[in-house]
Amino acid sequence: MGMEREENIYMISAIVEHKPGVLYSISNMFRRRGFNIESISVGEAEQPDLARMTITIKGDEMLVEQVVKQLKKLISVIKVSILDPKNTVARELALIKVSTPDARVRSDVINYTEIFKGHVVDVAHESLIIEITGDTDKINAFIELMKPFGIREIARTGIAALPRGMRSVKME
Amino acid sequence: MVRMSGAKALVEALKRENVKVIFGIPGGAILPVYDVLYDADIWHILMRHEQCAAHAADGYARASGQVGVCMSTSGPGATNLVTGIANAYMDSSPVVAITGQVPRPFIGKDAFQETDIVGITTPITKCNFQVRSAAEIPKIVRTAFYIASTGRHGPVLIDLPRDTQIEEAEMNFDEKIELRGYKPVYEPHPLQIEKAVQLLIQAERPVIVAGGGVIASNACSELVTLAETLLAPVATTLMGKGAIPEDHPLSLGMLGMHGTVAANYMVQDADVLLAVGMRFSDRSTGNIKTFCPNGKIIHIDIDSSEIGKNVRPHIPIVADAKKALQAIYNRLIEKFNRKERSVWLNRVQELKRMHEEMVKNSGDGIKPPALMAEIRRILPNNAIITTEVGQNQMWAALYLKVYKPRTFISSGGLGTMGFGFPAAIGAKVACPNVPVVDIAGDGSFIMTEQDLASSVAWKLPVIVIVLNNSVLGMVAQWQRLFYNRRYSAVDLKRIPDFVKLAEAYGAQGLRAQSIEEFRWALKTALNSDVTTVIDVPISSEENVLPMVPPGQDLRNLMLS
Ligand SMILES: Cc1ncc(C[n+]2csc(CCOP(=O)(O)OP(=O)(O)O)c2C)c(N)n1
Repeated sequence: MGMEREENIYMISAIVEHKPGVLYSISNMFRRRGFNIESISVGEAEQPDLARMTITIKGDEMLVEQVVKQLKKLISVIKVSILDPKNTVARELALIKVSTPDARVRSDVINYTEIFKGHVVDVAHESLIIEITGDTDKINAFIELMKPFGIREIARTGIAALPRGMRSVKME
Repeated sequence: MVRMSGAKALVEALKRENVKVIFGIPGGAILPVYDVLYDADIWHILMRHEQCAAHAADGYARASGQVGVCMSTSGPGATNLVTGIANAYMDSSPVVAITGQVPRPFIGKDAFQETDIVGITTPITKCNFQVRSAAEIPKIVRTAFYIASTGRHGPVLIDLPRDTQIEEAEMNFDEKIELRGYKPVYEPHPLQIEKAVQLLIQAERPVIVAGGGVIASNACSELVTLAETLLAPVATTLMGKGAIPEDHPLSLGMLGMHGTVAANYMVQDADVLLAVGMRFSDRSTGNIKTFCPNGKIIHIDIDSSEIGKNVRPHIPIVADAKKALQAIYNRLIEKFNRKERSVWLNRVQELKRMHEEMVKNSGDGIKPPALMAEIRRILPNNAIITTEVGQNQMWAALYLKVYKPRTFISSGGLGTMGFGFPAAIGAKVACPNVPVVDIAGDGSFIMTEQDLASSVAWKLPVIVIVLNNSVLGMVAQWQRLFYNRRYSAVDLKRIPDFVKLAEAYGAQGLRAQSIEEFRWALKTALNSDVTTVIDVPISSEENVLPMVPPGQDLRNLMLS
């Protein structure tokens, strides 16, 4: 004992059965074990009966090991891996609705959006919706930039991630 | 493929799983199944509370090693099962619970007696299912039994909407089950075994701690053989009691908060600790930071999530206890030379003598440790003992020696008052020719006492020994020791009269005021073919000792 307790952000990729109740059993397990999840995203995976979950969690090595083991213990969870941040592509998508009361603000917002390689996906009289993808830091930076203009609503997907190259987290 | 209703398919599938008995209570949402049970050759035991049905299934499972089955209707029937399911989950007992549910079109509409039992039991089952069409039933039943009884055992629930019980479908009872996310590991990794053997060979003061996993995997003879080869004393957790005969020279008894002197001291002094099928619960380890301070720990468990959860072992081994113990033994005898351990083993005997001293009856009235020793003297070795929760349980664990696996059945993880009596009923069904005795407290027994009715009605003559201190004794003990004797809400006021209570149910009620009277009462009960309650008045001031105050080092044992 007396282990080093260094807190880090870990990304976990899990292949799970794509059926009712699975998300509930996973999120319920996180709640009951007191694991604090930073972000979670789910979507269909390579096969339609499988879903891929990407979970980001802050903690030390022992905690992450427990998270992985507790996930594996669930019968509907098929495969779990910790992703190495250096060899992982991680992206998040955010939709941000910004107030644009006049033309000057509007053009500022559009300029920033271009710099961040985002897209304007909805235009209304007094607001724009911007779609932006990237890693969490980039999205956070963009949100900070938008704050002074007045953010009305934000929807973020949570992180989706895959290991680079030939490494894979999938069903054999 | 055969065409039949969902209810018929359920019963057929249960028969194929070799189910002989179901403990349950019917109700609207499960009526089609009960209609099939009416003339099926499965014994349905009508209990008087669904909690008891679940505990009885659990007791049956622990006594027999087979899956126990309980059944209820939807809503309140299902929620009444919950304590029993949680209990089975905490103690890794293979139980399949079957609940009725409102018909599919009503689900989610807050229909009469609808409850989300699948949602409720998700964290207390290994896995659960809601049937969506009758045709799924055979496969779901097979999967449920497979999951309950493999890997780390545990409860599984099947929720059956009423209309799926009526619906007819082509049933396939041989459909392959595939579980992509469930592949229990049984075989230990040879490299880990090698490392464990190295460590055990070098050990000067090896100690083994055996948990319920040793009993679940039927690994008791392997455990004893290894202990005898290594000359390593064996402590058990509450759940591991019975893994080694407690009259064996290497048996230390139970470890932990109410551990024996020998178990607690030897574990703390060990230089190598072989922990098998146990999970380092706080009740077993005391202060986890000072647990086995100079020992290297080898941890064998079939559930990899137990490894590193509470204690980080030096050598983790994910495997079935039996397979791992065999593998260690086989490698060990190739190179092991028996060590001289007389100093270490003498210490075991010396510490064990201290424990024996505590059993002596002194002063007036019946002292629980002496009572436990007396019970042991009278009961045959194969008798099954169940316990309730509280002082009665700890006295039994400490002072009632158990000689065979599956003959001590107690609520370990959940600590459920009211467990022992229905579990005894279940054990009696599993082992009808063996005496089954529930060591009870008055507070606990009241919680499930109504099933005296089922015990009498079904001629399942169990014996309940009520250690009647007229208080919630274990709570009172904590109040005496840690709350300045402020006895808040623990007085049971000598209610009820347990002799009359037993008689009201058609059971036999006896009272014993002295050890001599008790001897007579227990023998009378053993010779009788009706359920017997023996009321044994004891002082309300007794403490269960030894005791380690919560959160302290296992060595800080209070002995008086
Ligand atoms: C269902 C339930 N409720 C409450 C408790 C808390 N509790 C633990 S021991 C105990 C007292 C048990 O009293 P009794 O059955 O008379 O046994 P004794 O300790 O006196 O032997 C209580 C209330 C529990 N373990 N289980």
